[in-house]
Amino acid sequence: MDLSAINPILLIAALMSAATPILLAATGELIVEKAGVLNLGVEGMMITGAICGFAIAVETGSPTTGFVAAAVGGALLSLLFVLLTQVTLANQVASGLALTLFGLGLSSLLGQGYVGIKPPRMGDVNFGPLADIPVVGPILFSHDPVLYVGVLLVAIVWAVLRYTRVGLVLRAVGENHDAAHALGYKVVRIRTLAIMFGGALAGLGGAYISLIRVPQWTEGMTAGVGWIALALVVFASWKPWRVLLGAYLFGGITQLQLNLQGAGVAIPVEYLAMSPYLITIVVLVILSADKSAAPGSLGRPFHASG
Amino acid sequence: MKLTTLLASAAVALGLGAAAYADGHEKTKVGFVYVGPIGDGGWTYEHDKGRLAVEEAHGDKVETVYVENVAEGPDAERVMTQMALDGADLIFTTSFGYMDATINVAQKFPDVKFEHATGYKRADNVSTYSARFYEGRAIQGHIAGKMTKTNTIGYIASFPIPEVIRGINSAYIHASRVNPDVEFKIIWVYTWFDPAKEADAAKALIEQGADVVLQHTDSTAPQAAAQEAGNVITFGQASDMGQYAPFPRVSSIIDDWAPYYIARTAAVMDGTWESTDTWDGIGAGMVGIGEISDAVPADVKEEALALKAALADGSYHAFTGPLNKQDGSPFLAEGETADDGTLAGMNFYVEGITGEIPN
Repeated sequence: MDLSAINPILLIAALMSAATPILLAATGELIVEKAGVLNLGVEGMMITGAICGFAIAVETGSPTTGFVAAAVGGALLSLLFVLLTQVTLANQVASGLALTLFGLGLSSLLGQGYVGIKPPRMGDVNFGPLADIPVVGPILFSHDPVLYVGVLLVAIVWAVLRYTRVGLVLRAVGENHDAAHALGYKVVRIRTLAIMFGGALAGLGGAYISLIRVPQWTEGMTAGVGWIALALVVFASWKPWRVLLGAYLFGGITQLQLNLQGAGVAIPVEYLAMSPYLITIVVLVILSADKSAAPGSLGRPFHASG
Repeated sequence: MKLTTLLASAAVALGLGAAAYADGHEKTKVGFVYVGPIGDGGWTYEHDKGRLAVEEAHGDKVETVYVENVAEGPDAERVMTQMALDGADLIFTTSFGYMDATINVAQKFPDVKFEHATGYKRADNVSTYSARFYEGRAIQGHIAGKMTKTNTIGYIASFPIPEVIRGINSAYIHASRVNPDVEFKIIWVYTWFDPAKEADAAKALIEQGADVVLQHTDSTAPQAAAQEAGNVITFGQASDMGQYAPFPRVSSIIDDWAPYYIARTAAVMDGTWESTDTWDGIGAGMVGIGEISDAVPADVKEEALALKAALADGSYHAFTGPLNKQDGSPFLAEGETADDGTLAGMNFYVEGITGEIPN
């Protein structure tokens, strides 16, 4: 065993990067679910975002354009879900699963010509002298811009939901769509926008994997991250800061267990491998003892005549 | 009345036609079950190349079907059952974790032939086949041991099964033979295919000082991580992964399933198929060694090619004594080589590797 082989600074920096795809996707899904819609298509939107972002970044040579394209791609795919669940009132669970399958297929089709290509690199944000501060510098001030966007989005989502009229309306639609409708709010329109926001963030999360974390395009490369994001929203009791905590916990313990294995720590590998799931769930379940419940109308179809 | 008669006779005619067609059974239907996507650039990609070779070789006489991304477990059983029900004559199940599922489904369909890759359970209608990847690992270990400057070699392992453990042992034996100071850092990721996790594992190994990363997972993500780090070498796994040559990928182990798949399909067609156990290596061409790039010093390359030649003609066995097990107990005496039974069930590290094998 040689714990000194693990550099805690690099470890923390790595965990923030590892957590970002889950964080982005989960934050998007949180808004969708707060609006009363259950979209199980996160995985499909992520992988679509991953290839859209990758392809556009390669073609234009600009990773920033790639990320924009990823958000647009994810949002466009989510429009299919809008059509199914908000217009034709199809079952949300089935539509979400279909969206995942469709996204996986579509992405491998789009990605045919992009296997084995190296994408343009997105540089880290230049914080000037801040990045030279020992310990804090490499942990906080040496990342790519999208990672900061992710954290910023959590703060914005939290503030909007808590302090603004828009947030109040969104929550009203999610808690009781009939009452919101009676008050004159456009339930379907608000939900459509929420779903597209969720799609855009899932797309960003996918592109983070294909453009920054791996970086390459491989079919099916999100490998279940979307499902983890979905579970995280529930375990975080639909609270943005808990989503952040959960994503960092999960990302952190995943990184830590890989590093512990490399350093040859004498904990059986089976326990290390399951620890990210276990610890994240336990922590969030303990936190959710305050009886915060799911949005009242979650997963229920809405029709104005009803 | 007239209409009903007409419809009925039409139905009968159709039925007869269909029966006649089914009876003729013109095409041999071959199914493939894949653990990853065919675009993984590694393991599944090579199996699919084998499938395409079967189509090429047998042309109109054969029809192939495949299902990708099939999880090991109940899902696999469902997919195989569906293939058998759809009329497959021969089904290749291409991952170790499909072993029990293959045996179970084969019992239900005694007329369908099954071929399970890398497993050890057989039945009258279940063959097993595998390649001696460990011969390729010996060459990798040799190059890795010669080229590492930090004396630390990272190894991304998938599942603790004999095939993977064999690879680790073979690589270690040959790395430590040319570089006694070499140390292996092994990370078990418990997946065959998860690019993000494979990349994370590669980065963790690199951060801990590894300047060679060997992988027993299917995607090219570790290659990308090594390329990013800049001073780390890798080897293509299962496929050439030539898009990362000449550096970081300095060589590769290539699985060539095509000749086997073509031969086995032909055996089903002419009725000579029998349950067998095939385990071929470099000599038979089932294991290929991808071009050793110029990033490898010329003398090391020469030694590696000599090792390859010796493994191919059988004059050298990758597990040749004297070797001890990890706990120090004797494994092979001077000059003794491991028999196939020992290799197939290998569940221990050789002496010098630190860490424990997960259960």
